[in-house]
Amino acid sequence: MPNSVLQTRLENGLLVQLKEIHSAPLISHWVWYRVGSRDEARPRTGLSHWVEHMQFKGTPTYPASVLDKTIPRDGGIWNAFTYLDWTTYFETMPADKIELALDLEADRMFHSLFDPQEVESERTVIISEREGSENEPLFRLGEAIQNAAFDHHPYHTEVIGEKEDLHTITRDDLYQHYRTYYVPNNAVVALAGDFDAEAMLARLQHVYAVLPAGPPPPHPAQPEPPLTAERHIELTGPGQTTYLQLSYRAPAAAEDDFFALTVLDSLLTGPTGLNMFGGGGISNKTSRLYRNLVERELAISVNGGMQATLDPFLYDITITIHPDKSYHQALAAIDQEIQALQDHLVSSDEIARAVKQARALFAYGSENITNQAFWLGYAEMFATYAWFEQYVERLQAITPADVQRVAQTWLASHRRVTGVYLPQGDQPEETQEE
Amino acid sequence: MTTPSTLSLPGPHDTTRLELPNGITILIRPNFNSPSVVINGYLPAGSAFDPSDKLGLAYFTALALMRGTQTRSFQEIYDALESVGANLGFSASAHNITFGGRCLAEDLPLLLTLLAEALRAPVFPGQQIERLRAQMLTHLAIRAQDTADMASLTFDSLLFPNHPYGLPEDGYIETIQRIQTDDLFAFHQKHFGPRGLVIVIVGGIGVEQATQSVIRTLGDWQNPEQVVLAPLPTITPPTQTIRQHIVLPGKSQTDLVMGCLGPRRHAPDYLAASLGNNILGQFGLMGRIGDVVREQSGLAYHAATSLNAWIEAGSWEVSAGVNPANLERAIELIISELRRFTSEPVSDEELDNSQANFIGRLPLSLESNSGVAGSLLNIERFQLGLDYFLTYAERVRAITPQDVLQAAQTYINPDALIIVSAGPEQNQAK
Repeated sequence: MPNSVLQTRLENGLLVQLKEIHSAPLISHWVWYRVGSRDEARPRTGLSHWVEHMQFKGTPTYPASVLDKTIPRDGGIWNAFTYLDWTTYFETMPADKIELALDLEADRMFHSLFDPQEVESERTVIISEREGSENEPLFRLGEAIQNAAFDHHPYHTEVIGEKEDLHTITRDDLYQHYRTYYVPNNAVVALAGDFDAEAMLARLQHVYAVLPAGPPPPHPAQPEPPLTAERHIELTGPGQTTYLQLSYRAPAAAEDDFFALTVLDSLLTGPTGLNMFGGGGISNKTSRLYRNLVERELAISVNGGMQATLDPFLYDITITIHPDKSYHQALAAIDQEIQALQDHLVSSDEIARAVKQARALFAYGSENITNQAFWLGYAEMFATYAWFEQYVERLQAITPADVQRVAQTWLASHRRVTGVYLPQGDQPEETQEE
Repeated sequence: MTTPSTLSLPGPHDTTRLELPNGITILIRPNFNSPSVVINGYLPAGSAFDPSDKLGLAYFTALALMRGTQTRSFQEIYDALESVGANLGFSASAHNITFGGRCLAEDLPLLLTLLAEALRAPVFPGQQIERLRAQMLTHLAIRAQDTADMASLTFDSLLFPNHPYGLPEDGYIETIQRIQTDDLFAFHQKHFGPRGLVIVIVGGIGVEQATQSVIRTLGDWQNPEQVVLAPLPTITPPTQTIRQHIVLPGKSQTDLVMGCLGPRRHAPDYLAASLGNNILGQFGLMGRIGDVVREQSGLAYHAATSLNAWIEAGSWEVSAGVNPANLERAIELIISELRRFTSEPVSDEELDNSQANFIGRLPLSLESNSGVAGSLLNIERFQLGLDYFLTYAERVRAITPQDVLQAAQTYINPDALIIVSAGPEQNQAK
């Protein structure tokens, strides 16, 4: 049954999605958990990401030393990601080696060790991961903006967690988080690749159906009302480059307006695809902000985009300011372009162009089995797989009036945080010789 | 399951290689499962041709090619590309100007037309060039604050003194400021031509159609003035350890790059070194180095090795991001792993794991058009032979622990390493 998706729910609540693709002898297997930084609060932010790290530290059946070697030995790749709303693990393997991935994921849904010594060693690894990010001005700016954009909602905090919390979280905190959220009724298993769907389903039944359901995990986060007044933050740091980021509170992915705003973003800052593995992007040099900012030498680069999230998150526009210009000039030019979208209808040709770009990005991404499997489970984390299947169709249905309406609603300046990274100025580099 | 007979690694049976009379080499591998096409290629006009006072000239020229041509303005070029969801870009390495792009299969003629216009008839419009210069200078200002970039840049300059491999292809602020529009025209005239140009096309397109598209756009290109690269200086390994720390105030983490020369891509011991490198710092969670620095000591999120092999030489590098307080300990641990790696053979089990990894990962690395295109380009660039993947498993399996040890001893001297770190002042470590 190529090109269709078999979707079913096992008795323990585990959602299973299977898509046969026979273009290469590969299978990509993903397990998604509905847990991320959205389910955390001070003083224990960063739990979900840390639990993800601990999932690579072994179970009684698969000690860490075995895990690390077996998958690459078989020619596979594996990794995991923690995000605002979800945590996911994947293995992409030669088709005849996929058994291992199924057994391993089913095993570590319940049996990870969380050895206290490993917890301590991982504490410094994660702090080091965070310090690496802190070296980047755009990480610091993004973090400060998230802090300013949400007062109560957990989207206030970066996924990796506050440094203070990373110093104090205990092994028991981690283990409790793991046992609360890592249950089949809070998970999705998705596979795409070179298999027979019915046979694979039977195999999954065998591996996963024995796992017991748990109490429904809590998801206490509640969406926060829109901002009522513009917020402005500034931070300073090393370097010579000024960055400006505008972050508007955006619709949740399941809302209709998400699609209209996606089209608007394509016109304003250029197309953004849903590819996570390969596929490349499309440049944005004909986008409205590139022409108005970069071509007028107010900025060096322009980027924009929105994340598909469960609760309303942010639509970001990030600008590297031209060294001879101030961020105020760039901000005025952005406001002018947004005003134009609010005052005038865009042409249907521009929308058709955005749709063609979205189609091309899908074509590029679909070459990778890993992307195809990623897409299956991804949309389930904030909507349903239908969201993904209808994505291009729903972009196509957007009218010029829709674009104008979302520009007026969502890009109103009182709904945004304006963040600026100001360089401290020239700092001659020194060399220490030894 | 796909049967072994349908499991098809690229090879002479499904890849067409042909040379045009003007010197262009074309490699085509159709993939009708795909609605899109990837193109990749290079021509021998890299930064090795840069005058020392104008470092970055090849790269500047590469980026400027799409800023306007005799037939289209900057906005017209990108309007044509972006309207159909295609992309195309140029860059430079030491030996080559490189290019890459992709499009839906029906748009390949357009993509090749734009490629040919950019290669053959750029006009380097003054205003666009100044705009591009400001963008390049900002990139260099950002680079100067990036701990990983600065450690890597300094490492290269110390490992390859007096050789283009030791110089940044994106130049320095003062050399980019010095380059005039006339320099771009002159560089283009002297170095751009069909001789040595390679283009790889992979995706949902037939051989005949792809060939004709290249012939139509590039088949009549000639440049009798195209200059050949003069021999480059000999590369010799460091004779003692050199240590430098680049101070970047206000940073949280220190980036470390340390290592030595590695084999050139054509060296007979390249594959043994490559398997050894996998054991040392890649396999599993970043190999032996990852195990010691990250897993056992919790000193770093990232600690791994890389083997970079080029035409004339290569580099064998260990890189890590560590808290400044842990820098010395990380360096000591890495050196002690290098001592072990150069004094005793890897175990049979370690080698077997890496051999299985090298062979087993081929289908995954070659599943996409871009994966195949990148591999074919390397096969052509290093003259590895179109049957490279078909004989690969056999060659990988033939390597012994003794071969790995010998390669390690040939290239790595733990007492003569280049060690560069970039981050906050060392005595202010937290």
